[in-house]
Amino acid sequence: MKIMLNGAPTDIAAKTLADALAELGYDDGPFATALNREFVPAGERSATPLEDGDAVEVIAPMQGG
Amino acid sequence: MQIYGQTIASRLMLGTARYPSPDILKRAIEASGAEIVTVSLRREAAGERAGRKFWDIVRETGVKVLPNTAGCHSVREAVTTAQMAREVFGTNWIKLEVIGDADTLQPDLFGLVEATRILSDDGFAVLAYTTEDLVAADRLVEAGCRVLMPWGSPIGSARGLNNVYGLRAMRARYPDLTLIVDAGLGVPSHAAQALELGYDGVLLSSAVALAGDPVAMASAFKLAVAAGRLAFEADPLLPRDMAEPSTPVLGQATLGGAALQ
Repeated sequence: MKIMLNGAPTDIAAKTLADALAELGYDDGPFATALNREFVPAGERSATPLEDGDAVEVIAPMQGG
Repeated sequence: MQIYGQTIASRLMLGTARYPSPDILKRAIEASGAEIVTVSLRREAAGERAGRKFWDIVRETGVKVLPNTAGCHSVREAVTTAQMAREVFGTNWIKLEVIGDADTLQPDLFGLVEATRILSDDGFAVLAYTTEDLVAADRLVEAGCRVLMPWGSPIGSARGLNNVYGLRAMRARYPDLTLIVDAGLGVPSHAAQALELGYDGVLLSSAVALAGDPVAMASAFKLAVAAGRLAFEADPLLPRDMAEPSTPVLGQATLGGAALQ
Protein backbone atom coordinates (compact mmCIF):
# COMPACT_ATOMS: atom_id res chain seq x y z
CA MET A 1 0.00 0.00 0.00
CA LYS A 2 1.01 3.61 -0.34
CA ILE A 3 1.26 5.86 2.71
CA MET A 4 2.50 9.42 3.19
CA LEU A 5 5.67 9.20 5.29
CA ASN A 6 6.75 12.60 6.58
CA GLY A 7 4.90 14.14 3.66
CA ALA A 8 6.37 11.89 0.94
CA PRO A 9 4.50 9.06 -0.88
CA THR A 10 6.01 5.75 0.25
CA ASP A 11 5.22 2.13 -0.68
CA ILE A 12 5.16 -0.39 2.15
CA ALA A 13 4.13 -4.03 2.60
CA ALA A 14 3.63 -3.85 6.37
CA LYS A 15 0.14 -3.82 7.83
CA THR A 16 0.86 -2.14 11.17
CA LEU A 17 2.70 0.98 12.20
CA ALA A 18 5.34 -1.01 14.11
CA ASP A 19 6.03 -3.27 11.15
CA ALA A 20 6.15 -0.31 8.78
CA LEU A 21 8.77 1.42 10.91
CA ALA A 22 10.88 -1.74 10.92
CA GLU A 23 10.45 -2.18 7.18
CA LEU A 24 11.47 1.41 6.53
CA GLY A 25 14.58 1.15 8.72
CA TYR A 26 13.52 3.08 11.82
CA ASP A 27 15.28 0.73 14.18
CA ASP A 28 17.20 3.08 16.41
CA GLY A 29 15.39 5.75 18.43
CA PRO A 30 14.66 8.12 19.86
CA PHE A 31 11.66 9.05 17.77
CA ALA A 32 7.92 9.50 18.18
CA THR A 33 5.12 8.74 15.79
CA ALA A 34 1.80 10.20 14.72
CA LEU A 35 -0.85 8.70 12.46
CA ASN A 36 -3.17 11.06 10.62
CA ARG A 37 -2.10 13.86 12.97
CA GLU A 38 -2.82 11.91 16.15
CA PHE A 39 0.00 10.83 18.47
CA VAL A 40 0.58 7.08 18.60
CA PRO A 41 2.52 6.04 21.73
CA ALA A 42 5.37 3.58 21.18
CA GLY A 43 3.50 0.86 23.05
CA GLU A 44 0.53 1.07 20.67
CA ARG A 45 2.38 0.92 17.35
CA SER A 46 2.13 -2.84 16.94
CA ALA A 47 -1.64 -2.69 17.49
CA THR A 48 -2.10 0.24 15.10
CA PRO A 49 -3.15 -0.93 11.62
CA LEU A 50 -2.27 1.12 8.57
CA GLU A 51 -4.49 1.78 5.58
CA ASP A 52 -3.79 3.02 2.10
CA GLY A 53 -3.34 6.79 2.13
CA ASP A 54 -2.54 7.08 5.83
CA ALA A 55 -0.26 9.94 6.87
CA VAL A 56 2.57 8.81 9.15
CA GLU A 57 4.89 11.26 10.86
CA VAL A 58 8.17 10.19 12.46
CA ILE A 59 9.91 12.90 14.42
CA ALA A 60 13.12 13.00 16.41
CA PRO A 61 15.01 15.42 18.69
CA MET A 62 16.32 18.59 17.11
CA GLN A 63 17.88 21.84 18.26
CA GLY A 64 15.33 24.35 19.52
CA GLY A 65 15.05 27.88 20.85
CA MET B 1 13.62 29.66 40.91
CA GLN B 2 10.79 27.17 41.04
CA ILE B 3 9.66 25.27 37.95
CA TYR B 4 6.68 23.11 38.85
CA GLY B 5 8.06 22.16 42.24
CA GLN B 6 11.68 21.81 41.19
CA THR B 7 14.24 24.30 42.45
CA ILE B 8 16.49 25.52 39.65
CA ALA B 9 19.57 27.47 40.74
CA SER B 10 20.34 29.08 37.38
CA ARG B 11 17.97 31.82 36.26
CA LEU B 12 19.14 31.54 32.67
CA MET B 13 17.57 29.06 30.27
CA LEU B 14 19.31 28.56 26.95
CA GLY B 15 18.20 27.51 23.47
CA THR B 16 20.22 24.95 21.54
CA ALA B 17 19.60 26.05 17.95
CA ARG B 18 21.76 27.82 15.37
CA TYR B 19 25.16 27.35 17.00
CA PRO B 20 28.20 27.23 14.70
CA SER B 21 29.02 23.69 15.86
CA PRO B 22 27.98 21.05 18.40
CA ASP B 23 31.20 21.70 20.33
CA ILE B 24 30.45 25.42 20.64
CA LEU B 25 26.92 24.55 21.75
CA LYS B 26 28.30 22.36 24.55
CA ARG B 27 30.82 24.98 25.64
CA ALA B 28 28.18 27.73 25.57
CA ILE B 29 25.84 25.67 27.77
CA GLU B 30 28.66 25.17 30.27
CA ALA B 31 29.70 28.85 30.18
CA SER B 32 26.10 30.03 30.69
CA GLY B 33 25.63 27.93 33.79
CA ALA B 34 22.17 27.02 32.45
CA GLU B 35 20.51 23.99 34.01
CA ILE B 36 17.70 23.91 31.47
CA VAL B 37 17.99 24.01 27.68
CA THR B 38 15.23 24.08 25.11
CA VAL B 39 14.94 21.40 22.45
CA SER B 40 12.55 20.65 19.62
CA LEU B 41 11.32 17.91 17.30
CA ARG B 42 11.44 17.56 13.55
CA ARG B 43 10.83 14.95 10.90
CA GLU B 44 13.56 12.36 10.57
CA ALA B 45 14.27 10.03 7.66
CA ALA B 46 15.01 6.37 8.37
CA GLY B 47 18.68 5.84 9.10
CA GLU B 48 19.35 9.57 9.39
CA ARG B 49 20.34 9.38 13.09
CA ALA B 50 20.57 13.18 13.39
CA GLY B 51 18.15 13.15 16.29
CA ARG B 52 20.17 10.55 18.14
CA LYS B 53 23.43 12.52 17.65
CA PHE B 54 21.91 15.76 18.93
CA TRP B 55 20.21 14.03 21.86
CA ASP B 56 23.52 12.40 22.86
CA ILE B 57 25.25 15.80 22.86
CA VAL B 58 22.60 17.32 25.12
CA ARG B 59 22.64 14.38 27.51
CA GLU B 60 26.43 14.63 27.83
CA THR B 61 25.99 18.11 29.29
CA GLY B 62 23.77 16.75 32.06
CA VAL B 63 21.23 19.58 31.82
CA LYS B 64 17.45 19.25 31.97
CA VAL B 65 15.57 19.68 28.70
CA LEU B 66 12.53 21.78 28.00
CA PRO B 67 10.90 20.67 24.74
CA ASN B 68 9.11 23.34 22.75
CA THR B 69 6.27 23.35 20.25
CA ALA B 70 8.01 25.85 17.98
CA GLY B 71 6.47 26.23 14.56
CA CYS B 72 3.00 25.11 15.67
CA HIS B 73 0.24 27.40 14.45
CA SER B 74 -2.77 25.48 15.75
CA VAL B 75 -3.92 23.95 19.01
CA ARG B 76 -4.02 20.50 17.46
CA GLU B 77 -0.44 20.73 16.15
CA ALA B 78 0.84 21.99 19.49
CA VAL B 79 -0.97 19.33 21.52
CA THR B 80 0.21 16.47 19.29
CA THR B 81 3.77 17.83 19.28
CA ALA B 82 3.72 18.07 23.08
CA GLN B 83 2.54 14.49 23.38
CA MET B 84 5.32 13.30 21.06
CA ALA B 85 7.90 15.38 22.94
CA ARG B 86 6.86 13.87 26.27
CA GLU B 87 7.57 10.39 24.95
CA VAL B 88 10.85 11.24 23.20
CA PHE B 89 12.39 13.40 25.92
CA GLY B 90 10.86 11.70 28.95
CA THR B 91 9.59 14.90 30.55
CA ASN B 92 6.15 16.38 31.12
CA TRP B 93 7.55 19.92 30.83
CA ILE B 94 6.52 21.72 27.65
CA LYS B 95 7.38 25.19 26.42
CA LEU B 96 4.06 25.80 24.75
CA GLU B 97 4.12 27.96 21.64
CA VAL B 98 1.04 28.48 19.50
CA ILE B 99 2.12 31.02 16.92
CA GLY B 100 -0.50 33.44 15.66
CA ASP B 101 1.34 35.81 13.38
CA ALA B 102 3.97 34.95 10.80
CA ASP B 103 5.73 38.32 10.86
CA THR B 104 6.06 38.88 14.59
CA LEU B 105 5.78 35.24 15.72
CA GLN B 106 3.36 36.64 18.28
CA PRO B 107 1.54 33.92 20.21
CA ASP B 108 -2.09 33.15 19.41
CA LEU B 109 -3.34 33.78 22.93
CA PHE B 110 -6.73 32.18 22.30
CA GLY B 111 -5.17 28.98 21.00
CA LEU B 112 -2.56 29.11 23.74
CA VAL B 113 -5.19 29.11 26.47
CA GLU B 114 -7.06 26.22 24.84
CA ALA B 115 -3.88 24.15 24.37
CA THR B 116 -2.81 24.91 27.94
CA ARG B 117 -6.11 23.59 29.27
CA ILE B 118 -5.86 20.38 27.21
CA LEU B 119 -2.24 19.73 28.16
CA SER B 120 -2.62 20.62 31.85
CA ASP B 121 -5.55 18.22 32.10
CA ASP B 122 -3.32 15.59 30.47
CA GLY B 123 -0.62 15.97 33.14
CA PHE B 124 1.74 18.37 31.40
CA ALA B 125 3.64 21.11 33.20
CA VAL B 126 3.05 23.99 30.80
CA LEU B 127 5.50 26.88 30.43
CA ALA B 128 3.47 29.20 28.22
CA TYR B 129 5.12 31.50 25.70
CA THR B 130 2.77 34.45 25.93
CA THR B 131 2.64 38.23 25.79
CA GLU B 132 2.36 40.63 28.72
CA ASP B 133 -1.44 40.66 28.31
CA LEU B 134 -2.91 40.32 31.81
CA VAL B 135 -6.28 38.97 30.70
CA ALA B 136 -4.61 36.17 28.77
CA ALA B 137 -2.36 35.56 31.76
CA ASP B 138 -5.39 35.17 34.03
CA ARG B 139 -6.89 32.65 31.60
CA LEU B 140 -3.63 30.72 31.39
CA VAL B 141 -3.41 30.47 35.17
CA GLU B 142 -7.05 29.36 35.33
CA ALA B 143 -6.19 26.69 32.75
CA GLY B 144 -3.46 25.31 34.99
CA CYS B 145 -0.31 27.13 33.85
CA ARG B 146 2.14 27.92 36.67
CA VAL B 147 5.03 29.37 34.65
CA LEU B 148 4.30 32.32 32.38
CA MET B 149 6.89 33.32 29.80
CA PRO B 150 6.02 36.69 28.31
CA TRP B 151 8.02 37.92 25.35
CA GLY B 152 10.47 40.78 25.73
CA SER B 153 10.06 41.50 22.03
CA PRO B 154 9.54 39.34 18.92
CA ILE B 155 11.58 36.13 18.74
CA GLY B 156 15.04 36.75 17.32
CA SER B 157 14.58 40.52 17.11
CA ALA B 158 17.23 41.38 19.74
CA ARG B 159 15.18 44.44 20.71
CA GLY B 160 15.12 43.76 24.43
CA LEU B 161 12.13 44.65 26.60
CA ASN B 162 9.63 46.45 24.38
CA ASN B 163 7.01 47.00 27.06
CA VAL B 164 8.58 47.49 30.46
CA TYR B 165 5.33 48.86 31.85
CA GLY B 166 3.47 45.72 30.81
CA LEU B 167 6.12 43.41 32.22
CA ARG B 168 6.16 45.35 35.48
CA ALA B 169 2.36 45.08 35.70
CA MET B 170 2.51 41.33 35.14
CA ARG B 171 5.10 40.96 37.89
CA ALA B 172 2.90 42.97 40.25
CA ARG B 173 -0.18 40.92 39.33
CA TYR B 174 1.53 37.60 40.05
CA PRO B 175 4.02 38.11 42.86
CA ASP B 176 4.26 34.38 43.59
CA LEU B 177 4.13 32.89 40.10
CA THR B 178 7.32 31.97 38.24
CA LEU B 179 7.71 34.53 35.46
CA ILE B 180 10.39 34.23 32.79
CA VAL B 181 11.08 36.67 29.97
CA ASP B 182 11.31 34.60 26.82
CA ALA B 183 12.29 35.95 23.42
CA GLY B 184 13.70 39.12 21.97
CA LEU B 185 16.74 39.57 24.18
CA GLY B 186 19.82 40.71 22.30
CA VAL B 187 22.48 41.73 24.79
CA PRO B 188 23.19 40.97 28.46
CA SER B 189 21.84 44.33 29.65
CA HIS B 190 18.39 43.25 28.42
CA ALA B 191 18.59 40.18 30.66
CA ALA B 192 19.81 42.26 33.59
CA GLN B 193 16.85 44.60 33.12
CA ALA B 194 14.39 41.69 33.21
CA LEU B 195 15.90 40.41 36.44
CA GLU B 196 15.95 43.93 37.92
CA LEU B 197 12.17 44.07 37.29
CA GLY B 198 11.81 41.02 39.50
CA TYR B 199 11.45 38.41 36.79
CA ASP B 200 12.55 35.01 37.98
CA GLY B 201 14.62 34.27 34.91
CA VAL B 202 15.18 34.66 31.19
CA LEU B 203 15.14 32.28 28.27
CA LEU B 204 17.35 33.22 25.35
CA SER B 205 18.73 31.56 22.28
CA SER B 206 19.82 33.60 19.27
CA ALA B 207 21.55 36.25 21.41
CA VAL B 208 24.13 33.65 22.35
CA ALA B 209 24.07 31.28 19.38
CA LEU B 210 24.45 34.00 16.74
CA ALA B 211 26.98 36.14 18.62
CA GLY B 212 30.45 36.32 17.12
CA ASP B 213 31.74 34.40 20.13
CA PRO B 214 28.84 32.39 21.57
CA VAL B 215 30.84 31.01 24.49
CA ALA B 216 31.96 34.46 25.65
CA MET B 217 28.42 35.80 25.20
CA ALA B 218 27.04 32.93 27.28
CA SER B 219 29.42 33.99 30.07
CA ALA B 220 28.33 37.61 29.71
CA PHE B 221 24.66 36.67 30.04
CA LYS B 222 25.43 34.56 33.09
CA LEU B 223 27.04 37.58 34.77
CA ALA B 224 24.21 39.91 33.72
CA VAL B 225 21.53 37.60 35.10
CA ALA B 226 23.38 37.34 38.40
CA ALA B 227 23.84 41.13 38.54
CA GLY B 228 20.19 41.78 37.71
CA ARG B 229 18.92 39.43 40.36
CA LEU B 230 21.27 40.82 42.99
CA ALA B 231 20.11 44.34 42.10
CA PHE B 232 16.45 43.34 42.42
CA GLU B 233 17.08 41.82 45.85
CA ALA B 234 18.96 44.98 46.85
CA ASP B 235 15.78 47.06 46.31
CA PRO B 236 16.76 49.52 43.55
CA LEU B 237 16.29 53.28 43.69
CA LEU B 238 13.17 54.45 41.87
CA PRO B 239 13.46 56.95 38.99
CA ARG B 240 12.37 60.55 39.61
CA ASP B 241 11.81 63.51 37.32
CA MET B 242 14.03 66.13 38.94
CA ALA B 243 17.55 66.11 40.35
CA GLU B 244 18.23 65.43 43.97
CA PRO B 245 21.71 66.30 45.32
CA SER B 246 23.75 63.26 46.16
CA THR B 247 26.06 65.39 48.35
CA PRO B 248 24.41 66.71 51.53
CA VAL B 249 23.83 70.51 51.46
CA LEU B 250 23.61 70.89 55.25
CA GLY B 251 26.71 72.72 56.56
CA GLN B 252 27.82 73.95 53.18
CA ALA B 253 29.88 77.16 53.46
CA THR B 254 28.45 80.37 52.09
CA LEU B 255 31.09 81.34 49.54
CA GLY B 256 29.01 82.87 46.78
CA GLY B 257 26.17 85.27 46.26
CA ALA B 258 25.66 88.57 48.14
CA ALA B 259 28.33 88.02 50.82
CA LEU B 260 31.15 88.30 48.27
CA GLN B 261 29.92 91.46 46.59
